[in-house]
Amino acid sequence: MKVINQIAAVTALNVRNLPQRLGGSLVAIVGVAAVVLVFAAVLSMAAGFERTMVSAGSEDTAIVMRAGATAELNSGLGNDDVQIVRNAPGVLRDGDEPVVSPELYVVVDIVKKSTGDDANVPLRGVGSGAFDVRSGVEIVAGRMFEEGRNELIVGRAAQQEFAGLDVGGEIRFGQTTWNVVGVFAANGSVSESELWTDVRVLQTMYRRGNSVQSVRVRLESPGALETLGTALAEDPRIEVDVRSERDYYASQAAPLSQFIRIVGYPLTVLMAIGAVFGALNSMYASVSVRGKEIATLRALGFGPLPVLVSTIVESTLLALVGGLAGGALAYVAFNGFRVSTLNGASFSQVVFDFAVTPELLSQGLVAALIIGLVGGFFPALRAARLPVAQALREL
Amino acid sequence: MKYLGLVWRNAWRKKARTSLTMLSVMVAFLLFALLNAIAFAFRSGQDVADAERLVVIHKISLINPLPISYEARIAATPGVAEVTHASWFGGYYQEPRNQFAQFPVDARAYFEMYPELDIEPGQLESWADNRIGAVVGPEQFGWTIGDRIPILSTIWPQTDGERTWEFELAGIFSTSDQRGSTAYMLFNYDYFEEARAFGKGTVGWYILRVAPGANPVEVAQAIDEQFANSPNETETSTEAAFAASFAKQFGNIALIVQLILGAVFFTLLLVAGNTMSQSVRERIPELAVLKTVGFSDGSVLGIVLSESILIIALGGLLGLGLGWLAVQGAASSMGAMLPGIYLSGPAILTAIAIIIGAGILAGIFPALKAMRLSIVDALARG
Repeated sequence: MKVINQIAAVTALNVRNLPQRLGGSLVAIVGVAAVVLVFAAVLSMAAGFERTMVSAGSEDTAIVMRAGATAELNSGLGNDDVQIVRNAPGVLRDGDEPVVSPELYVVVDIVKKSTGDDANVPLRGVGSGAFDVRSGVEIVAGRMFEEGRNELIVGRAAQQEFAGLDVGGEIRFGQTTWNVVGVFAANGSVSESELWTDVRVLQTMYRRGNSVQSVRVRLESPGALETLGTALAEDPRIEVDVRSERDYYASQAAPLSQFIRIVGYPLTVLMAIGAVFGALNSMYASVSVRGKEIATLRALGFGPLPVLVSTIVESTLLALVGGLAGGALAYVAFNGFRVSTLNGASFSQVVFDFAVTPELLSQGLVAALIIGLVGGFFPALRAARLPVAQALREL
Repeated sequence: MKYLGLVWRNAWRKKARTSLTMLSVMVAFLLFALLNAIAFAFRSGQDVADAERLVVIHKISLINPLPISYEARIAATPGVAEVTHASWFGGYYQEPRNQFAQFPVDARAYFEMYPELDIEPGQLESWADNRIGAVVGPEQFGWTIGDRIPILSTIWPQTDGERTWEFELAGIFSTSDQRGSTAYMLFNYDYFEEARAFGKGTVGWYILRVAPGANPVEVAQAIDEQFANSPNETETSTEAAFAASFAKQFGNIALIVQLILGAVFFTLLLVAGNTMSQSVRERIPELAVLKTVGFSDGSVLGIVLSESILIIALGGLLGLGLGWLAVQGAASSMGAMLPGIYLSGPAILTAIAIIIGAGILAGIFPALKAMRLSIVDALARG
């Protein structure tokens, strides 16, 4: 009990006179804040990108592509294939009509507003079932395109990010002029980075005949994925891969988000090591400034343990302040920050918002605490071992 | 220079503090080296681009193929010295994660177009004459010449529906420009053209060399005008502009790197500046003694400033050295994942400028304080 009282007393004393040593302490705080800021900012790119990609995918929608195709862009299916998929078991039917959308996915160059340079923007030809195979897609401005006409509806994110996509405007790709007639929202998912038109119009423009690249299928239930997959695998007329849409988008997101993590975590570890050096420096300075105070306490009968604990508490507290400041700064500066990047997996632009998630912030704070503990431990040992007589003589 | 000994001894006055400061500086410059090398990779080879080479792609997008018939028409355009083509194969070796670039090309013409690529003439000939022959950059999956290599294309099935294409390794090429990537495979366009199920008669893009004396901008315009209002309009740009347009699509990687490094170096300045001001504060009596025995104000300023630069230079050079080693290691072990990772000369020069600048910034205020010390006051405090 006595030891606990002592610890409390020395720690309180130490914390209360912290402001007197603010100069040196500030260095430790800023160091830790920089680590957490950079960590949260870099990893929020991966988190935001994943959120955009994964929220597009649903468990009860399947995507059918040519066997071996890793992305829609690489796939190709003929009209016969589409008919087989339409009539396959497991496909949800609205009356007699299967809920499917055969889709063609191409890339067009449009100027990115932020850079003024061309970017690969996905242009998707969709079937009449496009809004039924996806949940949460709705027209938020203008109207739906009319079938058979050169009309586009554009994703909300695409409209903000790329030039010349205002409703009522015209945009030219190659020799074809398109009218932008509407804007659609899709819960902030990757679909909002796309432009949509009637698949038949796009087939004609691109001289693709009747071929498409994927068929999206609304399943009777998430469990029907297996029914559909088995039926198509056993059908000798067709060679396709069937995956849930969620699974497909997760695999599309993986290379980029993994890359950010592969860079981001070691970056954080390195910066944290740098911050530990900074914290050690500040804490050694703090211990040497408090030398006389510590020696006096020891002479009065306080044990080494309270001195040790109070020093560790001081450094942890500083690190925590730094961590909170860094995390708050990251949140204010980067959360919701909208960018678009080239997703190598689909060779087209994905518009997404940085997401400084609670998970990232708590990971950042844990890193800050570790820096504080490590940075305080060795100086604390020195403080506890301070030779009392010698330190007092220096008075 | 004559005070180097003094500066050195001063710097190590408190070994722990100086070592810790140096180590944080080292970490900062290690990060500088690594991030710059990664940012360099994202520049997609803009730095190795040849100003005399132009790239012709489909105006709608790079993914739209161009007819092979364009080759002769481009070659006939005034100002064009030579032209060749390449296409995107989109394959992987054994597993999807072993994705790397493969291009079907015209063997001899391609190597003429890229003189910076080195290959033994014998290997080039045996490749060109072998229908299923292929050449790769060094250290690709440890293949050796004569190996049969199955590559699965995610785009191109063969006429019989088979998606795995078999190649025979006929040679290994390297690049004389250390900054360039060689993490790709080249194989014969004839094999590709005969065997693919669709898309026959097309290529992905053309590469051409401008004749000496011709204006690349005018040549590019002449080519694009030639195909204007056809179903396959073209967009011709210099290799550098083409690479840059690609790099820009990823977003502003350079800006992200600069922001991170800004945070790192700001912290670094605080750490080093704090060390120097602590060090000067402790040494006030000593500095006063120096002045008493006849050191000028300027010398005292110089001594303190040199100490600051010395600490940052030692840490900085150590960090750069470590970074260089790490980049060399990464380039050979992760070359396939991130081709073109490279620590460039300008980046190293920038680092050295930052070392000097940060050394001066961290040391200048303590140094001025030391210079302005009044001997009487300072000795009295001692």
